[in-house]
Amino acid sequence: MGFDIYLLEALINGVLLGGVLALLSLGLNLIFGVIDVVWICYAELIMLGMYAMYFLYTVYHAPLLVAAAACIAGVAVLGVLLHLLVIAPLLGAAPINQLLATGGVLFFLQSAATVMFGIEFKNLGLRLPVLKAAGMFISYSRLLAFAVALIGMVLVYLFLSRTYTGAAIRAIAQDRQIMPLMGVDSQRIYVITSALGGGLAGLAACLLVLQYDVHPFVGLTFGPITFLICVLGSLGNFAGGFVAAFVFAEIIALGGLYSDLEWGYVLAFAFFIVMMFVRPQGLMARRS
Amino acid sequence: MTRPLPWLLGLALVALPFVYTAPYPLHILVVILIWSFAYTSWSVMGRFGLTSFGHGGFMGVGAYVTALMWNKAGVSPWLGIPLAIVASAALALLIAYPCFRFRITGHYFSLVTLALSGIVLQVITATRDHTGGSLGYTPERYQGGSSVWALQFGSKTTWYLIALGVWAVGLWLWYRVDRSMLRYALEAIAEDEDAAAATGVHVTAEKLKITVLSAAMTALAGALYCQYQMFISPDTVSGIAISLQMVFAVVVGGLYVSLGPTVGAVITILLAEILRISFGTRAVGYDNLVYGILLVIFIIFLPRGVLGTALALRRAS
Repeated sequence: MGFDIYLLEALINGVLLGGVLALLSLGLNLIFGVIDVVWICYAELIMLGMYAMYFLYTVYHAPLLVAAAACIAGVAVLGVLLHLLVIAPLLGAAPINQLLATGGVLFFLQSAATVMFGIEFKNLGLRLPVLKAAGMFISYSRLLAFAVALIGMVLVYLFLSRTYTGAAIRAIAQDRQIMPLMGVDSQRIYVITSALGGGLAGLAACLLVLQYDVHPFVGLTFGPITFLICVLGSLGNFAGGFVAAFVFAEIIALGGLYSDLEWGYVLAFAFFIVMMFVRPQGLMARRS
Repeated sequence: MTRPLPWLLGLALVALPFVYTAPYPLHILVVILIWSFAYTSWSVMGRFGLTSFGHGGFMGVGAYVTALMWNKAGVSPWLGIPLAIVASAALALLIAYPCFRFRITGHYFSLVTLALSGIVLQVITATRDHTGGSLGYTPERYQGGSSVWALQFGSKTTWYLIALGVWAVGLWLWYRVDRSMLRYALEAIAEDEDAAAATGVHVTAEKLKITVLSAAMTALAGALYCQYQMFISPDTVSGIAISLQMVFAVVVGGLYVSLGPTVGAVITILLAEILRISFGTRAVGYDNLVYGILLVIFIIFLPRGVLGTALALRRAS
C-alpha cells in the first residue's frame, strides 16, 4: 500500500489534534514551571469547563462567545481557588504530597460532577460543517480548535515575553528563592499563574466541547496524555511540550488509522516509556 | 516474641467465621482483607518515597493472567497465579530497571508508572476479543461449585480464611523488609541517592528488589480478587483510578506503619458501604466525593494518616 489519501487525512487530523494537546500541555507546564506543582486534576478542570459551556449554551441559550468567555473566566477562578485552598498550604511539603492532594481534588471533582450532572453523555447539539477538500474530510470544529489553540499560545507567549508581570513569572520559574529578594511578591505571581493556567484549561474546554461529548470521566481521556506530553517535553519546558504534543497526536492518529483507537493510545504510552529511557530528561533537555 | 496481644488478636480473627457466620459482614471482611493486602503491597515500596501510580497495572496483570490461563488453557490457578506473579514481576523489572538506571525519580517516576497503568488498561480494553474489553471477564465456573483445583469456593468462611492467611503473609513480608538491611539502604536512598551510593549502597539493585517484591504481591492481590469475585473488569482491577485508590487508602491509614494500609482499607471500604446502604443508588459518586475531600484534608493536616498519628500521640503522652 503506497501513499494514500487516508494516510494524509490521518496526518492532518493528527496535526489538528496536536494543536489542542499543545494548548493543554501549555497550561500544565506553566503551573509546573512557575509553582513547581503538578495539577493531577488539570483535566478535571477542563471537564467542569465543558459542563459550563454545555449549561450556558445549550440549557440557558447564552450566545456562544459569551458562554466561552464565562467558561474561561470561571475555570480561571477555579484555578485560583485550587491554588489558595489546596496548593498554598502544601507549598513547603514534599512534592509527592502536592501530587496526592491534587489527586484528591481529581476524585472530588469527578464525583461532584457525577452527583450534580449525572453520568449521561451530553453535547452542545451544535454540529459544525465538514470541510471536503481533495477527497478528504476535515471537520471545521477541529480546524477552529487548532486555530484558536495557536492564537491562545501566541497570546500567552506575548504576555510572558512582553509584559512586566510576564517577566516576573519567568523569573520565578528560573529561581524561586532569589526573586522575593528582588522585590517580587511570589504569592501574587502564583495566583496570577494559577488563574492563567485555569484560563487555558477553560479555553481548552471551549474547544474540546465542540468535538467531544462531556461526561464526568471525560478528564481521564485527556488527562494522562497531557501529563505524558509535559514529561516527554521536559516538565516546565514550553517548547518541549509543544513539540511533544504534535509527536503524540500523530502517533495516536496514525495508530488509530491502522487499528483501533485504543492501540493508538497504547502505542503513544509505549513510545513515551521508550523515550524516557532514551532521553530521561525529556526531548528538549540540555545536555549537562 | 513474648507479647501475647498480637497472637490473641490473630487467634480471634481465625476463630471469627466459626462463631459469626452472617454472609454479608463476612463478605465485607473478605473484601477488606484482600484490599488490605493490596494496599500493604503498595506501601512496601511507597514508604520509601517510590510513589508508584502503576500498581493498578500490576493488579490487572495478576487478575487477567490468572483468569485467562484458566479459561483459555485450563491451567489451574495454583499454577496460573504463580505465572501471573512472574508476569507482573517481569513487567515491573522491564519498567523499573531503566527508570532506576537513568535516575528517573520523584514526579518523573510517578508519571512513568502512571503511563504503565494507562497501557495495561488500554491493552485490556483493546484486546476485547479475548478479555471482554470494558464489559469485564468471568472465570468459568467449576461444575461442582467448590473445588480446590479450580480455587473456587462457595463458602465465605473458606475465602475468609484464605484472605486472612494472605493478609498475614503480607504483614509478615512488611516486617521482614522493616527489619532488613534493605530498609536502611532504601531510607538512605530516599534521603539522597548520591550520598547513599557513596557509602556503598547499590542504588539501582536495592530499588529494583523492593519494586519487584511490591509488584509480585500486588499481582497476587489481583488474582485473589479475581478468584473471589469471579468477575473482573478493567475499571475494577486496573487503570489509574485503582492506582490512585491504593495510594489514597494507604495515606489515610498511615504510610509508615505496618497496619496503616489495613486501617486505610477498613476506613475506605466501610465508608463506601455505609454510603451505599444509606443512600442506595443515589450514592453513585458520593463515596469518591467524600474520599476526595478526606484525601486533601489528610495530606494537609494529617500526612501520617490515622494510625500513624494515633501511634505518635500515644508515644508522646
